Amino acid sequence: MGKTKVIVGLGSCGIAAGAGKVYEKIRALKEAEALDIVLSKTSCAGMCYREPLVEIIDESGSYLYGEITEDKAVELLNNHIVNDNPVKEYIVCTDLYDTPDKKFFDGQVKIALRNCGMIDPENIDEYEDRGGYEAIKKIISGGMKPQEIIKVVMESGLRGRGGGGFLTGLKWKFTYNSKSAEKYVICNADEGDPGAFMDRSLLEGDPHSVVEGMIIAALAVEATAGVIYCRAEYPLALKRLDIAIRQARGKGYLGKDAGGKKDFGFDISIKEGAGAFVCGEETALIASVEGKRGMPGRRPPFPAASGLWKRPTNINNVETFANIPWIMNNGAKEYAKYGTENSRGTKVFALAGKIRHGGLVEVPMGITINDIVFKLGGGIPSDKSFKAVQLGGPSGGCIPSWLSDTRVDYESVNATGAIMGSGGMVVMDESTCMVDIARFFLDFTRKESCGKCTFCRIGTMRMLEILNRITDGGGEEGDIQKLEELAEQIKDSSLCGLGQTAPNPVLTTIRYFRDEYEAHIHQKKCPAKSCKKLLTYTVNDHSCTGCTVCARNCPVDAIRGERKQVHVIDQDLCIRCGICFTKCKFEAVSVS
Amino acid sequence: MRVERVKRERRDLASGENTDLRLLDGLVRKYSGKKGIMIPVLQETQSIYGFLPKEAFKKLSVELQLNLSDMYGVATFYAQFRLAPVGKYIIKVCHGTACHVQNAGTITDALEEALKVTDGGTTEDDLFTLESVACLGCCSLAPVMMIRDDTYGKLTGKEAVRVIKEIRLKEKELPI
Repeated sequence: MGKTKVIVGLGSCGIAAGAGKVYEKIRALKEAEALDIVLSKTSCAGMCYREPLVEIIDESGSYLYGEITEDKAVELLNNHIVNDNPVKEYIVCTDLYDTPDKKFFDGQVKIALRNCGMIDPENIDEYEDRGGYEAIKKIISGGMKPQEIIKVVMESGLRGRGGGGFLTGLKWKFTYNSKSAEKYVICNADEGDPGAFMDRSLLEGDPHSVVEGMIIAALAVEATAGVIYCRAEYPLALKRLDIAIRQARGKGYLGKDAGGKKDFGFDISIKEGAGAFVCGEETALIASVEGKRGMPGRRPPFPAASGLWKRPTNINNVETFANIPWIMNNGAKEYAKYGTENSRGTKVFALAGKIRHGGLVEVPMGITINDIVFKLGGGIPSDKSFKAVQLGGPSGGCIPSWLSDTRVDYESVNATGAIMGSGGMVVMDESTCMVDIARFFLDFTRKESCGKCTFCRIGTMRMLEILNRITDGGGEEGDIQKLEELAEQIKDSSLCGLGQTAPNPVLTTIRYFRDEYEAHIHQKKCPAKSCKKLLTYTVNDHSCTGCTVCARNCPVDAIRGERKQVHVIDQDLCIRCGICFTKCKFEAVSVS
Repeated sequence: MRVERVKRERRDLASGENTDLRLLDGLVRKYSGKKGIMIPVLQETQSIYGFLPKEAFKKLSVELQLNLSDMYGVATFYAQFRLAPVGKYIIKVCHGTACHVQNAGTITDALEEALKVTDGGTTEDDLFTLESVACLGCCSLAPVMMIRDDTYGKLTGKEAVRVIKEIRLKEKELPI
C-alpha cells in the first residue's frame, strides 16, 4: 500500500456546494504541513445530496466523507491523516461496515457511470488503468469488421438513451449502408430538459468513455470525422472534453491512423450549442452545427442517409456512447443480462425534486418507480406524502403514486402516457400542484418552440393562456375539453418531436389528476395550496402569541399587530408569498 | 416563441459607437474561408464585448462574407446571444423543474422587486442583470441562483435579496 489518498469530488454539483474551496484548503494544508498524502480530484459519484464529498483511502480501507466544509476538512486531516483516527460522524460510506447511505448504491448497476467518481477525468492514464481504450485495441488488433461491431451492438439490445429509444445497432447499420467518401458521427450533448443532468455528470466525470464510444461508432460506420454538440451552459464539461480529446490525440487514439489502424483517419471537434432546446432534435442539431437557426427539417431523408453537410451522419446521445466501450469489452450477452426483454441494460436517472437522496443513479431497466424513489432515493423529505414522478421532462408526463409499481422500461412507461426521455426524474409530493406543473412545462415548450409549425407556435400559446387562467382562478366550464382538443391538434400537426410531445405533460395530468383541474375551475381552489392567486392567509386568534416573527419577515409589511397581541394580515397588501406560514412557530397562520 | 425574442431585442439593439473593431481582426483571420462558422464567430464576438454590437455585425458580414440577415436570424434564435450590454453581475436564477417545485418563482419575484427590473432586464446603474435559466444542474441544492462563479443554494427570497445587498455594499453603491 502506497501513500494515503485524499480525493475530492469536483463535479459541477460539488463545486456549487463548495468543493472547490475544500480542495484548495486541503492543498494548502498539505503544503503547509508537508503531509505525506496524494491529493487528487474526481467527479460526481452521484450522491449530490451529500456534496461536497471527500474520500480518504488508507491502508485500512476507504472512507467517503459527506457534507465537508473547509473547517471539517481541517478536522479530517488532523484526525484521520495525522492521528490516524477516522471521523465517524462524517462518514457516509465505507467498505468496513454498513451505513444508512449505502442503500443509495445498493441496487445500482454502474455501466455508463462505471468510472464517474472513481477516476480523475482529466487524466487519461487513470481511464486506461480501468480498462479504457481496451475496446478499440481489441477491435483493431482483432481485425473486427464494421458489420461485426454492429452485430455486437445490435445483440446487446442497446436503445438510444436520449429519449427516442431507437435501436442503436440498427441506426449504425443504416449509416454503414449509406455509401459516401465522407461520413460523420455526432454526439448529442445538448441536454436541455430542465431537471436533467445525466449527460453533464457523465461528460464531467468520464469524458474518455464518450470519446472512445464515438471512435468505435466511427469504426463501425466508417466515419471520417466526429462532432460533439454540447451546451455552452456546461463550461466544465466542455473543458474536460477538450482535455480528453487532446489527450486521446496525444496517445494516437484520434487523428491520422487512429488507434493504430492504418488508413483510418478520425478526429473529433467540439461545437458549443448556443441555447435552444429544439437543437436536441437531430435535424435541428445538424442545422445548428452548420451555423444556421436550429429549425428541424423533414425526415426522410434521415441523417443516416443525408445529414451534416448532406453526408451520412450517425447521431447518438452521450449515455449511449458511454455504454459502447463496456459492451465491446464485456460482450453483448453480459449487457443484455440486465433489463427487460425489450429494454436491455441500464438507464441513468437524475433524481431531483421532493426527494431525500437526490442525485444520479444508474439502475437496471425494469426496476419499479417505487424502488427508485423509496429504496435508492430514501423517500420524501418531511412528513408529506408522495404524489407523482415526472419522467421525460417537457416531452414526458407525470406518473401518479398509485402507478408507482410501474416498471421503468420503454414500453411500460409509454403505456402510462409519459415517456422514458433522457432520464430526468422529478419527484413531487402533496404540496406540488399538478396544474401548475403542466403550466410550467408548457411555458417552457412554448418559449422553445422554433416557430416553424403553426400548431406548435400558436397552439402551445393558447394552451398556456388557458392554463394561466385556470391557475389564476379564472377557469371556465369547458376548459379541460379545449385543452384536450388543442393537445391532439398540436400532436398531429407538428413536424418534430418538440411539438408532437409538448402537450404530454398536460394530457397526463388531466388523465390522472382531473379532480385537481376541476377544483381549480369550479371551486377556485388549489388542493395542493400552491397556486398563489387562489390562496388566502389568515392568522388564527387563539394560536397567535404575538411573537412578531411573521410581521418582521413579511416582505410587503402586510401584517400588523403589537407585541403579544394577535396579528392581522391585510389581504389587499398580501402577495401570498407564504413566508408567514413557514416562519410561524405556533402554526397560527392558516392557508385556505 | 422565438419570435418574441426578436420583438423584444430589436428595441434594445445597441449601437457600438465606442466599439473597438480591431479586436475582431484575429477572429476574422481564424475563421476566414471556413464553413459552419456562424455560431462560433458570434460566440467569440460576444466573449470579446460581452454582447453583440451592431458595428461588429457589419464588419464581420463584410469580412467573412456572411449574410447580415442570416447573422441577425441566428443571433436572435439562440438564447445565448445578447444584442445589448449587460450588467457587471449577471444573476442567473435557476428555473429547472427541481427548482420550480421548490418555489424558484419566489426568488425571481423577490429579486425583481428589490432590483426594480423585470426578468431579463439590467438595473439602471448597470450593476446587475437578472436572468432566468433552464437548469444550473445542482438540483439537490434547489432553489439555486448563480452570480458570476458563485452558486447560492437552498435560497429564500429574503436570502437572495441579502446576497444582492452585500454585493451592492461591496461595490460602494447606495444600499437598496
